Amino acid sequence: MKKTPISDIHEALGAKMVDFAGYYMPLQYEGIQEEHDSVRKNVGLFDVSHMGEFVVKGREAEKLVQSISSNDVKALVPGEAQYSCMPNDEGGIVDDMLVYRLFEDQCSEDEKAFLLVVNASNMQKDWDWITSKNVFDTRMINISEETGLLALQGPKAIQTLQKLTDIDLSEIKYYTFRKGTVSGIENLLISATGYTGSGGFELYVRNEDLAALWNALMHAGQEFDIQPCGLGARDTLRLEMGFCLYGNDIDDTTSPIEAGLGWITKFTEGNDFPSRDMFEQQKLEGVKKKLVAFETEERRVPRHGYLVFDQDENEIGVVTSGTQSPSLDKPIGLAYVRKENSKMGNTIYFQAGKKLIPATIVRLPFYKV
Amino acid sequence: MEFPKNLKYTKEHEWIRVEGEMAYVGITEFAQGELGDIVYVEVDTVGETIEIDEVFGTVEAVKTTSDLFMPVSGEILEFNSQLDENDGDNPSLINDDPYGEGWIVKIKLSDLGQLDSLLDAESYTDLVS
Repeated sequence: MKKTPISDIHEALGAKMVDFAGYYMPLQYEGIQEEHDSVRKNVGLFDVSHMGEFVVKGREAEKLVQSISSNDVKALVPGEAQYSCMPNDEGGIVDDMLVYRLFEDQCSEDEKAFLLVVNASNMQKDWDWITSKNVFDTRMINISEETGLLALQGPKAIQTLQKLTDIDLSEIKYYTFRKGTVSGIENLLISATGYTGSGGFELYVRNEDLAALWNALMHAGQEFDIQPCGLGARDTLRLEMGFCLYGNDIDDTTSPIEAGLGWITKFTEGNDFPSRDMFEQQKLEGVKKKLVAFETEERRVPRHGYLVFDQDENEIGVVTSGTQSPSLDKPIGLAYVRKENSKMGNTIYFQAGKKLIPATIVRLPFYKV
Repeated sequence: MEFPKNLKYTKEHEWIRVEGEMAYVGITEFAQGELGDIVYVEVDTVGETIEIDEVFGTVEAVKTTSDLFMPVSGEILEFNSQLDENDGDNPSLINDDPYGEGWIVKIKLSDLGQLDSLLDAESYTDLVS
């Protein structure tokens, strides 16, 4: 199993460690509820160094990214990021990702550079996929092994981080980033992004500086009662916002249109990503199944793989994610259901053991920050 | 982690405390730790006789769902009212006090001989360490 450079810190904090996508990662420290609450109310710190990072750089870097990415990479200027996905040739999704348009200080005059941040579980698959599409004058560099990533999330994240840097963080708008120094550590990528819905920053850092950065952030956050947070809270936080998780809600067989990711699927001129025609048709004619959000007043919690039925006990779909929402204190979930059953306010039934549990289709996000 | 010597254990991480023909059943400290924050316990088998290794209820934690298995055959006499959503509704007692206040059901044993097949504290400790 691979380790992040600070797994000994997690162990010393008493984390329960698990194998996640081949990485030895903290699942929880004090408990999911407490960690979740700290992000919603104050600030939490996540080690998400398992994520994969590819640099795409060269004269035709934009063309390569455009050829694999469903979002419109041409809309980015240096210092901006966007959420996107990589469609496959069969109308599914290879992976979802963040695309950063990097500053061009390391580029020669006619070059552009991008950073693609992908899921650890898909790193090799993504690398092979993008490489196979790289017929352009551009090179790819996998910097995952030497790159650490900390997510500082929550309403007090900005005050915590501001103590450690001269950069005016209030000027880093959502989905933009800067390069800068934090706590004496130079050349960090400071990105106003995250997977929690509570705001904050993601900090890309060289492995050798990861422990120092973690310790500096934990120290700076003390006055706000900062908590180290694990993958358990990361999952409940993202699910309350309805953010998709690859392998649960999206995969090689689901289309971004079905998954409600039409907003990152841009049919602009020249944006010729794989399966574009199929998705365009789905957008025009509608899809057979849709990812919906649901909640229940009952106490049973939906889980990935539970079947979904209508009131006449016809099978209409499957749960892709589910949890007890720590913020709402009720069970919530996402499911693919037939389009005709996907209307807002509709009642569906998920099967927990032998029981059918009624649930109501609701609008996202579950939790309004 | 604590595994009291006066209890018997299953590989599915239930414990049983025998008092004559009756017994209390719960889940171990190890089990509650693996489950994390428990948010709901469902036992709708009170009054039923359930065979050894069969499901008598379900525990919902934030992260996962886990079935509860009978350590031995018996009749479910009582569901701990402090855990019951229609009464005390305090399922986190299982996290806080798994062998005491967090007991789950009281049963009447069908076959005392089945107790011999269960693990003692020492064997269970070996299993989870």
